[in-house]
Amino acid sequence: MTLVRLLSAGAVALALSAGISLAHAAEPAVAAPPPSRTAMILFLIFVVITLWITTWAARRNRSAADFYAAGAGISGTQNGLAIAGDYMSAASFLGISGLVFASGYDGLIYSVGWLVGWPIIMFLIAERLRNLGRYTFADVVSFRLEPVEIRTLAALGTLTVVAFYLIAQMVGAGKLIELLFGIPYLYAVMAVGALMILYVALGGMLATTWVQIIKSCLLLGGATFLAVMVLIHFGFSPEALFASAIAVHPDGTSIMMPGNLVGDPISAVSLGLALMFGAAGLPHILMRFFTVADARTARKSVLYATGFIGYFYVLTFIIGFGAITYLMNDPANYRIGADGTYNKVTDLIGGTNMAAVQLANAIGGSFFLGFISAVAFATIVAVVAGLTLAGASAVSHDLYTSVIAKETPSEDREVWVSKAAAVAIGIIAVFLGYVFENENVAYMVGLAFAVAASCNFPALLMSLLWRGATTRGVFIGGLLGLVSSIAGVVLGPAVWVHTLGFAHAPFPYDNPALFSMALAFGGIWLFSKTDKSKRAQIDKAGFKAQFIRSETGIGASGAVAY
Amino acid sequence: MSAKASLIQAIEGDPKFHKLVAKRTRLAWTLTGAMLLIYFGFIAVIAFAPEWLGIFISGAMTLGIPIGLAVIASAFVLTGFYVYRANSEFDRLTREILEGMK
Repeated sequence: MTLVRLLSAGAVALALSAGISLAHAAEPAVAAPPPSRTAMILFLIFVVITLWITTWAARRNRSAADFYAAGAGISGTQNGLAIAGDYMSAASFLGISGLVFASGYDGLIYSVGWLVGWPIIMFLIAERLRNLGRYTFADVVSFRLEPVEIRTLAALGTLTVVAFYLIAQMVGAGKLIELLFGIPYLYAVMAVGALMILYVALGGMLATTWVQIIKSCLLLGGATFLAVMVLIHFGFSPEALFASAIAVHPDGTSIMMPGNLVGDPISAVSLGLALMFGAAGLPHILMRFFTVADARTARKSVLYATGFIGYFYVLTFIIGFGAITYLMNDPANYRIGADGTYNKVTDLIGGTNMAAVQLANAIGGSFFLGFISAVAFATIVAVVAGLTLAGASAVSHDLYTSVIAKETPSEDREVWVSKAAAVAIGIIAVFLGYVFENENVAYMVGLAFAVAASCNFPALLMSLLWRGATTRGVFIGGLLGLVSSIAGVVLGPAVWVHTLGFAHAPFPYDNPALFSMALAFGGIWLFSKTDKSKRAQIDKAGFKAQFIRSETGIGASGAVAY
Repeated sequence: MSAKASLIQAIEGDPKFHKLVAKRTRLAWTLTGAMLLIYFGFIAVIAFAPEWLGIFISGAMTLGIPIGLAVIASAFVLTGFYVYRANSEFDRLTREILEGMK
């Protein structure tokens, strides 16, 4: 009975954090469920280890470079794991395997979209970012442009992405912990908030990086175990796995080809753009490039991250098909209707997003179920810590030092502001998590990606590559992208119709990226071209020095020796 | 003239710097183009000819599976190729430019 309750409430939580399919979310748990002992013990072990690392990191943190960028002393392999940790959320693990469970091949389409942004980051951004910046991506955009306006824009873009991402993660985490620990939702959200404040405010980037690395290893290890167990069962023959899945899935052979996930071509391209370029505009991901010593290590990090993330998505595909074959013929995994029958997709206990967790139970029993649940927590806690650090850095390093403070503050003062901002963001996140408890927040991850692709990414790319980009152009174009991407989501079907309850959406597509990215790039071009101000001359004159440093790394901030 | 300005001028006048930039720019945009082509080609097939991905090729295996996995693999292979070229050729050129400045 524990399992049933656990799965049904967990489904709501993960559907919310996944942002993929809310269609099959189950009813919430009725009474306070007994906590899962294994999950609790494993999660407490994770908490103890990570807090120990945090105190270790706090003793080593001495300067702003330590706090923001771990002294630029993280190795390529470590950073590759940390990037993968920041990027592989519980949403991609449970959401994509659930999507494969429900509709087969369509899950692979999402995985591919989430991966293909990484090569672009490598070819166009990673090395230049490392060569030009120190702590935040605004360092890079404002390298030759007017800092006050550019850092204001970057902070707006960063805080918007962080806020939407955080709400989705907090609500998902709160519901899951409420369930497994049997404590009320509000306390669960407060516990997550307290953990992320401790990691970030005490341990800074060094602690946050190690939390990501541990989470990455746990997630990759758990997913590998699940996938290998499935493959062993089928004698490592994919044909046998697929044949068995076709035989039990109600959709039969159509699970082996694209289904209804991608509608009209415009939606397909718009979603593709948001997934692809959103990754290149996520502030907590971009910060990771400043934690390594030089451009060479930055390259290595992206290669490793791409490998880990791609491998992980292949695993989720196998896990999804494994769940079809293991779960669909066993009525014990389903809510049985009054007539004694059940729908093999929608009636799965806990909903389709619980497919991987159900599979863990079917393969490894309650211990492995507890392990996978604990991994899902660790995943969410790590992601919110990364987001908090990115938000706090935007407040202290971008807003406070360049926009608010009249004169350059001391390093100690700046770090103090950052820690205070981390505490504030943690408290606000708890508050928002509480306010949004019963709201549909599934669209918020998509919104975060759309804003990242439409505001942060165009500002970064154009300032890096186009000599003619001016402060005015980047500022106005970036704002256009920010406002239009938010407007597109709010006026689109997901929010306007499904959340607010209006009949017709003024904006017909679920993802605005195609239009908002075009507005941002077009705006940057137009308002730079027509910019005849004195500042525009300074901006363009500064390109040469920026270009040489971005290409060679001469003058770049290096690693701090401990 | 400040030390920084003279350094910029020296690098700008270095033919090796132009060689480095030209080579790296060409490779980066070629690979970016290849990735965009592969990914949006995949999306185009899904949008316009999805049944083509459903052709059975070996038992229960459809053509879409190896193609989807190939897109994932291509992301890693293209990234790896860039790192290979950068680690050997581009880093060597950068080092030579820096040594020329001393």
